[in-house]
Amino acid sequence: MEAVRVPPFERFYEEHRSSVLAQLRRMLGREDAEDAFQETFLRALRAYPTLEHGNHLRAWALTIARNVGLDARRRDRITSAEVPDLESFDEPLPYEELRRLTADLPHKERAAVFLRYGYELTYEDIGTALGSSAEAARQAASSGVRRLRRKELS
Amino acid sequence: MTVSPELDARFRDAAAAEGLLDVAYDLVDTPVGRLLVAVTERGLCEISYDPEPERETEALARAFGARVLRSPRPTDEARRQLDEYFAGDRRSFDLDVDLRLARDFGRTVLHELARVPYGELTTYGTLAARAGRPRAARAVGTVMNRNPVPIVLPCHRVVGSTGSLVGYGGGLERKRALLELEGALLPGA
Repeated sequence: MEAVRVPPFERFYEEHRSSVLAQLRRMLGREDAEDAFQETFLRALRAYPTLEHGNHLRAWALTIARNVGLDARRRDRITSAEVPDLESFDEPLPYEELRRLTADLPHKERAAVFLRYGYELTYEDIGTALGSSAEAARQAASSGVRRLRRKELS
Repeated sequence: MTVSPELDARFRDAAAAEGLLDVAYDLVDTPVGRLLVAVTERGLCEISYDPEPERETEALARAFGARVLRSPRPTDEARRQLDEYFAGDRRSFDLDVDLRLARDFGRTVLHELARVPYGELTTYGTLAARAGRPRAARAVGTVMNRNPVPIVLPCHRVVGSTGSLVGYGGGLERKRALLELEGALLPGA
């Protein structure tokens, strides 16, 4: 795929703010979504200079939003029983299979596996999206894959 | 899902307050039309006439970094001083200017330009001489044409040796309007 130039942040923000807010509202409800919205785009701003191309920016934005949403839930000590599952993820993911397979993975591993095998992002980009290093992203993806294999065998 | 104006403004403020922007810009209405005013952490980096934000943000991103966002607060001081200037209450601007894109001769010329006083005219040749290259009047014209911050750096005060207005990036009508405002030209002259 040909690399697209990273657009000015203004354009990135204008294009993705609605879907980010929609996803956060589904995850957190109307009120908490507002703080999470701001946090999502501040995180995106911090990571923006590390982007090497402008491909997959929608998936990138929604992944950051999802992580911000999950962090917020964790802070609120909502029990996992009350947490709606990740099917509420807004992105029309073409990878139903992958989505089903990874449904039980811890969220960071699931995100890493998804971005790696669903979107074919580099570990650099995945690390940026998840707020961790490339190495941590690689480890999350491979430990996710190991977990899937164990599940397959069991 | 519509992002409310309040939420939108809150994010744009926070982005600037946290120092995360390469460039903050806003659109400012003045008697000479709508201007795009852009600032970096070093100072004012662009004023454009007849802005097309899509194109301007692309150019700003290439020049200063991709984190270009419309965010009014960082541009407030420039807006305030422009308002005062157009109201006739301000004769010189007290703003830092980011000229990192200007090189060598261009930068020297822009520094000389900054010293041309309110309401006075100078010529391309005079400015060339002050910048140390008396025969470079034409090159000075080019520098004026590419002046990143017109009005604040007063290229409207530079005219031909015969007194003709010659040219202006924002169009001669605006050059005339600014000089009339400053009392350097009689209205309709």
